[in-house]
Amino acid sequence: MNTATLFGLCSAALVGLGLFGIIVDPQPLRKILAFNLLGCGVFLLFGVVARRGAEAGLQADPVPQALVITGIVVAFAATAVAVALVLRLFSMSEETELGAEATSKMEAEGDHS
Amino acid sequence: MTAALAFDIGLVILIVSMGLWMLMVRDNVVAVIVFVIYGLLMAIAWVRLSAVDVALTEAAIGSGITGMLVLNAAARLRSGEIRWPRPSRALSIAAAAFCAMISAGLAAVVLLPPHPPPSLAPLALEHLDQTGLGNPVAGVLFAYRALDTLLEKVVVLLALIGVWSLAPDRLWGGAPALDAFMPTNDLLVFFARVLPPFGIVFAVYMTWTGASNPGGAFQGGTVLAVMWLLVMMAGVARAPPIGDARLRWLLVAGPALFLVIGFAGFFLAGAFLAYPPDHAKALIVVVEVALAVSIGATLALLAAGPPERMQKQ
Repeated sequence: MNTATLFGLCSAALVGLGLFGIIVDPQPLRKILAFNLLGCGVFLLFGVVARRGAEAGLQADPVPQALVITGIVVAFAATAVAVALVLRLFSMSEETELGAEATSKMEAEGDHS
Repeated sequence: MTAALAFDIGLVILIVSMGLWMLMVRDNVVAVIVFVIYGLLMAIAWVRLSAVDVALTEAAIGSGITGMLVLNAAARLRSGEIRWPRPSRALSIAAAAFCAMISAGLAAVVLLPPHPPPSLAPLALEHLDQTGLGNPVAGVLFAYRALDTLLEKVVVLLALIGVWSLAPDRLWGGAPALDAFMPTNDLLVFFARVLPPFGIVFAVYMTWTGASNPGGAFQGGTVLAVMWLLVMMAGVARAPPIGDARLRWLLVAGPALFLVIGFAGFFLAGAFLAYPPDHAKALIVVVEVALAVSIGATLALLAAGPPERMQKQ
């Protein structure tokens, strides 16, 4: 097993973990963090592709690296918008929980039956 | 087993356990701090993959400025923490199985790579001489895929407009108030006065050296952004009102210059975003300097958030 394969498996694990966090964690802020965890895993996969494409005297293929640099900046921009949305939502309702309406509705229906 | 491989295995175990810890820990602030450590470990992983440019970006943006942004948000949300209903056990197990399948699929892709591995490295190097750049990553960013880089700047600007539009109507045209939530802290003020000169020199160096070594406008711009954030957080200089015309020019200067040089490419080199061969490096460095300043301002204001107070008239 070489370095690239090892980090490739690491990225596979991170993508799974991040996705799990996005699905299961109910707090918006934690979903944003999990989204970044997932993003890092995807970027790392690009790094593995870049490392394996080492040719012509270069240590790694520059094209995936450039894509990842662009990706990291865009991921930050998306995170900033998401965080601003959560804070605004919080300041408006003091309750940022997703699906709060749905849960309370279900409880109300449960009371009836 | 060589020492390098042992180091890599240890690093991977640390990264994955940081990811796990971040998902498991209850306290949001702890989760953000774990995320910052995770980002720094990730930067080391990038160095191990021989991608130093990405390592710098990951450490500065992925870990540093994202961490600051989310930490600030976690601190503000703390005052009104709510008990979140967790999804049912059945849903969690189904989600875990689904995510494990995704991971297994990716792992299979990693373990069964195509032979020979695809690479654009020879193509990227073939014409690098014409750009006068020594760093192939900068070559891809500013010559071969300049359109991506230009559009990315536009995306970041649009994100900033998105953040600003979340301000309540009465605060439109006001200024972000990063220092409002900070207790007065002499040490912070001290660092906000001492560090920026060094930070600015470092940012200039990073931007300049990016043409031939790891570094560049993104990394340099992020260092500028962090320095400005430090100054704003310590209250040494207040954030400018978002309606300020000079500020808006500063934000669009980089992308606008890039666009102008891009259109000039039609006349000088026969294509959009093409550079005349004799002046390619000079033009790219000019674009990088302008972009570094604009990126710095945009990233700092993205992290500062929507306006929260009106400037005194």
